[in-house]
Amino acid sequence: MEHIVIIGNGISGVTAARHIRKLSDKKITIISSETEYFFSRTALMYVYMGHMTFEHTQPYENWFWKKNRIELKKAFVKTVETENKTLHFADGDSLTYDKLIIATGSKPNKFGWPGQDLDGVMGMYHKQDLENLEKYAPNNKVCKRAVIVGGGLIGIEMAEMLHSRHIPVTFLVRENSFWNGVLPEGESNMINREILSSGIDLRLSTNLKEIVADENGNVKSVIIDETGEELPCNVVGLTAGVAPNIDFLRDSGIEIGRGVKVNRYLETNVEDVYAIGDCAEQHEGIDQRRPIEAVWYTGRMMGETLAQTICDNKTQYKPGHWFNSAKFIDIEYQTYGWVWAQAKDHESRFYWEHEDGKKCIHINYDKTTREFIGINNFGIRMRHEFFDKVLNEKRTVDYVLEHLADANFDPEFYKLHEKEIVAKFNQENNTNIQLKKKSWKRIFSKA
Amino acid sequence: MKAIKQTGLVLFLLGLAIFIGTIFTGSFSLKQAELDTFLKEQNYKSEVIGEALQKAVVTTNDLNIFQFSNAVRNAYAASNNHYDNLIKKYDAEKNWDEKGKQFQYKISGKPHSLSFSLAKSAGKGPAPDSTGLMWFLTFGLAIIGALMYIVPDVILLGKPGIKNNGVFLNAATNRGWIGWFAFIFLVTFYILLYFFPDYIVNWVYLVDPISKSISGNPASQWFLYGFLYCTVMSVMAVRMYIKYRHNKYQILRTTSVLFFQIVFAFLIPEILVRFEKPWYDFKNAFPLDYDFFFKWNLEELLASGAFGLFILVWGVVLTIIVVPVMVYFFGKRWYCSWVCGCGGLAETLGDPYRQLSSKTLLSWRVERIIIHSVLIFVLVMTGFALYTFFSGEGQVLGIKTQTIQDIYGFLIGSIFAGVIGTGFYPIFGNRVWCRFGCPLAAYLGFVQRFKSRFRITTNGGQCISCGNCSTYCEQGIDVRAYAQKGENIVRSSCVGCGVCSAVCPRGVLKLENGPEEGRINPTDVLLGNDVDLMDLVNKK
Repeated sequence: MEHIVIIGNGISGVTAARHIRKLSDKKITIISSETEYFFSRTALMYVYMGHMTFEHTQPYENWFWKKNRIELKKAFVKTVETENKTLHFADGDSLTYDKLIIATGSKPNKFGWPGQDLDGVMGMYHKQDLENLEKYAPNNKVCKRAVIVGGGLIGIEMAEMLHSRHIPVTFLVRENSFWNGVLPEGESNMINREILSSGIDLRLSTNLKEIVADENGNVKSVIIDETGEELPCNVVGLTAGVAPNIDFLRDSGIEIGRGVKVNRYLETNVEDVYAIGDCAEQHEGIDQRRPIEAVWYTGRMMGETLAQTICDNKTQYKPGHWFNSAKFIDIEYQTYGWVWAQAKDHESRFYWEHEDGKKCIHINYDKTTREFIGINNFGIRMRHEFFDKVLNEKRTVDYVLEHLADANFDPEFYKLHEKEIVAKFNQENNTNIQLKKKSWKRIFSKA
Repeated sequence: MKAIKQTGLVLFLLGLAIFIGTIFTGSFSLKQAELDTFLKEQNYKSEVIGEALQKAVVTTNDLNIFQFSNAVRNAYAASNNHYDNLIKKYDAEKNWDEKGKQFQYKISGKPHSLSFSLAKSAGKGPAPDSTGLMWFLTFGLAIIGALMYIVPDVILLGKPGIKNNGVFLNAATNRGWIGWFAFIFLVTFYILLYFFPDYIVNWVYLVDPISKSISGNPASQWFLYGFLYCTVMSVMAVRMYIKYRHNKYQILRTTSVLFFQIVFAFLIPEILVRFEKPWYDFKNAFPLDYDFFFKWNLEELLASGAFGLFILVWGVVLTIIVVPVMVYFFGKRWYCSWVCGCGGLAETLGDPYRQLSSKTLLSWRVERIIIHSVLIFVLVMTGFALYTFFSGEGQVLGIKTQTIQDIYGFLIGSIFAGVIGTGFYPIFGNRVWCRFGCPLAAYLGFVQRFKSRFRITTNGGQCISCGNCSTYCEQGIDVRAYAQKGENIVRSSCVGCGVCSAVCPRGVLKLENGPEEGRINPTDVLLGNDVDLMDLVNKK
């Protein structure tokens, strides 16, 4: 029986394992040094915040793995010997495979800041980071202030986490507006306001110079580059992005760049070795995607796809239309298609913001053909299926606005803003788009 | 703000302590004349009960309620014993005539209920004498305290939005010591209410004036329960309004259950009594209303003229037509989390405990076995009851209808629905009864699962498996198991509270009523991946 070994028990590896099991009888082993069972990394924040226990973040009960004959091994892979298909573990043990899937995810970036390895400095990625945070920031008596460095999704999550335990947070962001490499100005400003109004001390255009230790090797303070200001604090969160977690592959003969280089079939340069998820790097970005995509959804999709290839149905990784989501403190965010931070030459934009400043939508479309390119929605939920279909069918911005009621996914009885949105578009563009009533028939028709 | 909150907590606990302490106050005795009036009203045939009660309760001693109850129960037992002995004696003598005559002298009724009726007119002390003041020191303080504890959350919780911060870090909501205390308190309360009503007669005194102003009658322990139920729901509804002030679905739903509880379950039935009509809750559908088809109820309705007949027809139509048709259009949520009283309490008082329900596959299995057994039980019992009603026979196949009814009333009606159903909120989550026991929920569940437009739509591929939905599902549904597969949630047990959708951080879940076609949509590969692959795998 063919032995499939998967390194990493995150969403990519587990999805691959589940699908391989559905399609075949192959022997499957998942190796992880982080946890015994699969958990949802994106939910770690809710454990610290007390919304859930760690057990709640595990999507499958513990019996699931045995029942589905997926073996779990808790070990740290030190080296991979591809010639005789053997993994060597840190504890001296080894394991042979027939096919190897590398799904080791990411690790937090550290940019060589002085003091970055002190006690009390941590990322927020692994389960161990959570345990660390619980140790160094259990409450606002032990941790009088925390400083977060790096203005991305994990940074704002970590700020929200600490804030939930009433720990004062200073949030250092290199850019002059939050996440503005991804978000256009309107959205980015909205999140700046959300952070500030929550009582988090947001410092834009601010860099970390160094982290200062006390006499015991714990964090004492940070020094800000621009001003030289020294901020006393007990915890420093480093959240300046993530990078593929592939150090153990350096001498394996598997081609690596920033991540493990793979082709469209998710194959590496070595036969029977594949890579998926955050740690995989496409030779060239697919469509307009980046070569490395550290996103839950793409990790899952690669797992779904690779399982087909492993089970003799060789399938290219062809992600569909881009989508993503996040939650910035109290403001939910979804996006479908592409809305770049800066409009490209052929693009035209439409931005609507609610008067309360907590909801907005931003639509991107082609200037000449009026083809819909993408939407950002904040504080309003939208239907994935609707926009997937719109993008498949290459509909226009006018079509989207006309059918905006079909797209809404807010809970029942929520106040709807479609009329207002369409009116604003008509006014700005001198059009006469009439909003259509919501139609179940259109919503549920698959075509 | 924090000071207000803490003062509120102190006031609430003080009110609660006085409330509990009230049980032990007062002295209970009757004057001979009062006892005579009581005996006349009761019209007992027993020739010895008068003397026995006289010895027991016509006294100048200060009896507390426990001593009083003891004395009264002994008196009744003595009377019944007296005739039991005669029965035995004549039986031995084979004097069948005399033996047969003795049965009429026996007094039926539960000892603590008999004692309750007497205690109700025998009390002296703060509760019966200074009712207004005592009401304020118990209900009043607790209500004011609770509100002072709850209302500052408008500020303290921060901006509107989901704020479950610290839920699992708090001993009240993570099965910690406060939770266990709440559990003991609730269980004790229900045991007293159902089985020892005389012990809480002082509480009943506190609501006498309110009862008299609504129905014209003095309060029973059931009136007390109804009043307490409405009070607790109203106060905890304020908490819901604050916690979910950003979510209109929750606001409307809370208002709806509160309205139906206060107006339909509490006021209308009491007002009906004032007009000498049968006590009836128009929204309480069989088989949750399990004694609707009992002989005594049918007889009472038939004896109440056109109005009684109307209730009879409405009760049948409600269960056979209104309930399933509404479930077809809106799902069982229209009943379970918009109308029902049990649901109402679960969604207000019980909301802080919703995360404690078990999500394991095992508990789902247990749930299905138990809830469907209760449904079968209630249907068989109703079959017996109807047979008895129409045929006049007291037993079917050698089993007494009365016995079955008594067993159901005790095991399901009291122990399961009350003691376990509500008492276990702080341990097993707030829908223990609705999830494991309610026969109406089981019936609505069948309709919801197999013939309904309701579903919780999963938003394509947006799920990140975080588990908030499953954690906060009061019915113990593993919502995430469906959402992470891109599959809609169609489950018989879903009561449509909407909290999974509310707590989802990525906008993945939406409760909606749409066409039946495509309602159940099993998927393996989720929306967003390669179109060909999705088709290939999902169409298999």
